[in-house]
Amino acid sequence: MKQPFPFSAIVGQDDMKLAMVLTAIDPSIAGVLVFGERGTGKSTAVRALAGLLPPIIAVKACPVNSADIKDCPAWCEISDATVQSIATPVVDLPLGASEDRVTGALDIEKALTKGEKAFQPGLFAQANRGYLYIDEVNLLEDHIVDLLLDVAQSGENVVEREGLSIRHAARFVLVGSGNPEEGELRPQLMDRFGLSVDVMSSTNIDERIEVIKRRDAYENDHEAFIAHWQSEDASLRARIVAARAALADLQTPDSALRRVAELCIALGSDGLRGELTLLKAARAFAALSGDAAVTDEHIRKTAVLALRHRLRRDPLDESGSSSRVARTVSEILGD
Amino acid sequence: MTLWERAQLAITLLAIDPQRLGGLVVRARAGAAQAEMLAAVQSLDIPKVKLQHHMTVEVLNGDIDLTASLAGRQLVTRKSIFDCAPSLLVLPMAERSAPQFSARICQALEAGLGHSLIALDEGVEEGDGLPAALTDRLAFHVTLDDLALQDLSSIAFPSSLNDSRAAVRDVILPADLMTQAVTLAASLGISSLRAPLLVGYAAQAHAALHDRYQVTEEDLKAAVMLVYPHRATRLPEDSEPEAHSDAANPPEAPQDPTQTIPLNDLMIEAVKAVLPPDVLAQLQSVVKQPASGSGSGTRRKGNHRGRPLPARLGPKNSGARVDLVASLRAAIPWQTLRKAANPEAVGPIFKASDLRHKRYEIGSDRLLIFTVDASGSAAVARLAEAKGAVELLLGEAYSRRDHVALYAFRGTGSEALLPPTRSLVQTKKRLAALPGGGATPLAAGLAAAFHLALQERRNGLTPTVVLLTDGRANVALDGSNDRAQAAADALMVAQKIAEAQIPALVIDTTIRPEKTLQTLAGTMRANYIALPRSDAKSVSGAVASALAQS
Repeated sequence: MKQPFPFSAIVGQDDMKLAMVLTAIDPSIAGVLVFGERGTGKSTAVRALAGLLPPIIAVKACPVNSADIKDCPAWCEISDATVQSIATPVVDLPLGASEDRVTGALDIEKALTKGEKAFQPGLFAQANRGYLYIDEVNLLEDHIVDLLLDVAQSGENVVEREGLSIRHAARFVLVGSGNPEEGELRPQLMDRFGLSVDVMSSTNIDERIEVIKRRDAYENDHEAFIAHWQSEDASLRARIVAARAALADLQTPDSALRRVAELCIALGSDGLRGELTLLKAARAFAALSGDAAVTDEHIRKTAVLALRHRLRRDPLDESGSSSRVARTVSEILGD
Repeated sequence: MTLWERAQLAITLLAIDPQRLGGLVVRARAGAAQAEMLAAVQSLDIPKVKLQHHMTVEVLNGDIDLTASLAGRQLVTRKSIFDCAPSLLVLPMAERSAPQFSARICQALEAGLGHSLIALDEGVEEGDGLPAALTDRLAFHVTLDDLALQDLSSIAFPSSLNDSRAAVRDVILPADLMTQAVTLAASLGISSLRAPLLVGYAAQAHAALHDRYQVTEEDLKAAVMLVYPHRATRLPEDSEPEAHSDAANPPEAPQDPTQTIPLNDLMIEAVKAVLPPDVLAQLQSVVKQPASGSGSGTRRKGNHRGRPLPARLGPKNSGARVDLVASLRAAIPWQTLRKAANPEAVGPIFKASDLRHKRYEIGSDRLLIFTVDASGSAAVARLAEAKGAVELLLGEAYSRRDHVALYAFRGTGSEALLPPTRSLVQTKKRLAALPGGGATPLAAGLAAAFHLALQERRNGLTPTVVLLTDGRANVALDGSNDRAQAAADALMVAQKIAEAQIPALVIDTTIRPEKTLQTLAGTMRANYIALPRSDAKSVSGAVASALAQS
């Protein structure tokens, strides 16, 4: 398998890259939704993210990547407490995946051949502590969306079948991508994504030429290209690790809380989830920038990402939601 | 270069580098041209896999082979249809494929398995065609509908095909030619960055075909001619006026990104030569075209009637029908286990969790949203007639099982008299009690209908807006009595309705047909019916026939 396209080598698309880095710093931001035209590098960015993320420490045989043997679910009966460093899981949820495949089910092979009851973990288990990526998320079947909503909300996957009652942790960052021309996304699902980005292909000719050049180098001069960008990815990874550490000591002044609340009220975004996400995103951004406290600047930079998909849809408003958020931000925070 | 030569070149280049070029769309009705193409595909030395748009998830993703598993007492899985050596996927009747299906093909093409796709698009009318996500990944697109029998010749691949294949990846692509390809894409309004990449690959294949080790301008020109024309959304800014004359109004480019790099005129000419003459008109028609059909709704899922979909685990007691075969299939693997736990049981042991429910895809119901002008100007003379017409329509809606919603606007705003319902009696009562008088907030009434239409469309109904008014709007959306603003607002909402592709119908209730209302109907892409002084029955007849067309 070819190494994925390096994250730092992606030209432009700064919003998308920032959103993904923020979720890497604080996974509780809970996901990125990338909507945009064809051929803008949506999937490339997600695959690249997998190569960028710092490894995690997990119990060796644990199907849900637990950090400690205490966290391993009882049903997997693990006795070996050795831990190892593994790449952060980035799991694909393919369209048309069955419920069994997604949530996990009885191991059909063991049931058939040995007559044994055993649980076969599904994609939710694999994605625990990592990322779950859904390409063409707006085409996902309704019943899978329902499962996803429940698990994304509770962080726990529950399977009841054949007298087995299985539960395991399923905390993952949801990354969805799609093309709005092919169908809308249910507002409930949209809400589960912490941040949302609208990508468009660049209109700058030089930038476009650069994209093609890099892609060409990636295809034809693979090793040299990867080697060249590896150091960039490594330094970005180091910044992410440093930002994670800095997050704990980051100050969040009351004025920042007030700003966030004012913004959300002015925009009339539904629920408190928007406020919480914006705060987390601003904190993560502050940590990434190496600042000691959250300021208006951090809120300004992250407001559109965190809020643009949470507005009440007003089909009569000429401007898109991004510009509505941007307008309100400059009204409240000043220019 | 004739159309047929283009098609030949496209399939030859695809045969040289199928993996990177992705594939070919052949738009042609079943006939001699399509048959020749297929014969060429069959003669290729790459394995072929035939896809069908009704293939189930199990076929596409792989599944457990129950018969073999039970016979052999070990798990036997059937592989996914894509799980094979790099092949040429052939998809007939590609225009019929559902978005989920084409998305799955896209994923298979991108998965690095080395597949490529020949999509046979047999779409007849403009507008129906392949999902854009799929065509974007395929390099070539040939239309063979206009070919006569004498134009055709059988396609033979050059004997040096294998040499070209070996060489194609090493062909050098000079940076300045690549720059030209990107610039040209931008000037043709092609936003996807896959297009220039594909041009690069096609140029390399073309060079390899002619035993060249470096891409020349000629190769690039050939590649551009094959890859760009069907993707173009506008003509280059500096194009000849004659090219413009074909298209009614070329959309203005926000800014010309090409000014920094001079374009090679030859390339532009090459693309223009093969651009369909009415490319812009075609584009507009794609956007313009609302769902066609005989007034039946869009598809939705249900569990009682319609085209069968794959069965699935359903909530218990949901009233859905049980799919016996699927349930059996679900239960059989567990029998060893269950027998062991329950040795004295006779026959297969079923549990509730085995039950699978049938699901069907059905056409959704139609919703008629009546938006009635009850203002003073309209009311006095015609409200009664309008009411009568609506009542007749209601009867008809009832017999067609349509849903009906009723809005009235007068004074400063609009009022929902009736949420979507099928109850005829309710509607009649509300309608009879509808008072008239006051100003005409046309924009507010339309906006209310628009919101409802969007909302109910999400719920699976297919809305149609029926507007009965005299068109003398005099209250703006913000409630002010500004005649000019009121008219502008109404036009703005009408524009939104057109953009959302909601079918609409405007019934002019004035005695003399109102010019402004015709403009409004035009903006809304609605059918316009002027109502001469007449009885309710003729309104109903006019509406019914207009609806049948839409």
